[in-house]
Amino acid sequence: LNKRPRIIPTLLIENSDLVKTTKFKKPGYLGDPINALKIFNEKGVDEICVMDIQASKNGAGPNYDLLKEMASEAFMPLSYGGGITSISDMTDIFRLGYEKVIINTAWTGNNSLVREASERFGSQSIIVSIDYKRRFGRYQCYTHDGTNKIKCTPIEMAKMAEKCGAGELLLYSIDRDGTRSGYDVETINQISHMISIPLIACGGAGSIADIKAALAAGADAVAAGSIFVYFGDINAVLINYPDFTQFVNHGIYDKELAEYEL
Amino acid sequence: MIAVVDYNMGNIGSIVNILRYVGCTDVKVTTSKENIDKADKLILPGVGAFDEGIKTLKRQGLFEAIRESAETRKIPIMGICLGMQLLGISSEEGKEEGLGLIPFSCKKFSVDGLKVPHMGWDYVEVKNGDTRLTRDVPRVQRYYFVHSYHAVCANEGNVLMTCDYGETFPAAVYSENVYGFQFHPEKSHQFGKRLFMNFVGMES
Repeated sequence: LNKRPRIIPTLLIENSDLVKTTKFKKPGYLGDPINALKIFNEKGVDEICVMDIQASKNGAGPNYDLLKEMASEAFMPLSYGGGITSISDMTDIFRLGYEKVIINTAWTGNNSLVREASERFGSQSIIVSIDYKRRFGRYQCYTHDGTNKIKCTPIEMAKMAEKCGAGELLLYSIDRDGTRSGYDVETINQISHMISIPLIACGGAGSIADIKAALAAGADAVAAGSIFVYFGDINAVLINYPDFTQFVNHGIYDKELAEYEL
Repeated sequence: MIAVVDYNMGNIGSIVNILRYVGCTDVKVTTSKENIDKADKLILPGVGAFDEGIKTLKRQGLFEAIRESAETRKIPIMGICLGMQLLGISSEEGKEEGLGLIPFSCKKFSVDGLKVPHMGWDYVEVKNGDTRLTRDVPRVQRYYFVHSYHAVCANEGNVLMTCDYGETFPAAVYSENVYGFQFHPEKSHQFGKRLFMNFVGMES
């Protein structure tokens, strides 16, 4: 039934630069986020997820000027996360041309924010990001860009987020971020069958085959950074995105749908 | 002038961007009744919940202004996503009455095993290619959807396009000069562009 699963490049922002992290650390400089977005737009990508990795840590909040300029290049759906703490922040983000906001840090002290936001904007506009690590076989959720451990497992957080009115979950494995070692299919499989809202898998994609594996495990959509911004073994920066045929060859898209492409 | 109705619930920026992209410069993002009364065309965008949308339009004094533009002045109107749902009579999502410009009501998806919201790219079939808005639009194309509620039309004649998500539902509705799209044509790459070109090119 999922005729065309969404494959979503993630763009990480730090001080108005486009960066890519490894395990939420060591942000490597990639270039200009506006230019990257423009290229992804030309490639006709399904959706883009923009995350400011500093906005919550340093309390600065969203960089509206940059976000506005990025949105003006995008004729595809956009979600944004980073430093959102109020309904009024969300209103501003939507106005700029983003359809969805991503909540993680604001989750901790204030679950009522997700509840209120889903009532105000509809749950389809609210994504809760579950950033988690595995330590000695135990799973633990984090906020503040992976720096603040909260008393909660990914399963608990997923159930709670759905109950509070989230319309979508971003299941983000910190351990796998930037490693290209494949998605955490075990956790994807566990959580996706426990909730009735869409699940986006994130963290670890190293190939189209990894994407296929995450979808097969139950993810409704996948997000990925490294494979869409790096090329080759030496991590040369190159914004890239597979074409329709490559996804067909990996059994992700149905071949018959090719006739509806431009 | 195309007035983009700003009831504080929309992805207004995206609408302005696509209008600029198809070459339309005479655009006003507005909260005022005067601008709506002067407009040749209206766009009602929307990201949000049904009651909140209707209440805000009423508070701004725009509810009647939009109805008048549609019914008395008969200018072309395009509703998108929530903006489409507001054009109908009612919605399961809320208690408020809709604008009532097209006879449909909205209900929540309830199909076993399907995730709600219906989110992502989906294939849409044009049911009536003769309208001014669907001219030159390929019979089947994909567009981006994000919604939990969908229209149920009282008359088949108001269904402009359909989509399947567990059940067949109207992806677009219309009645004379009023058009509503459940998907986001402004966020559907080249696929949605044609709809805006047709809308911009329509004579009032």
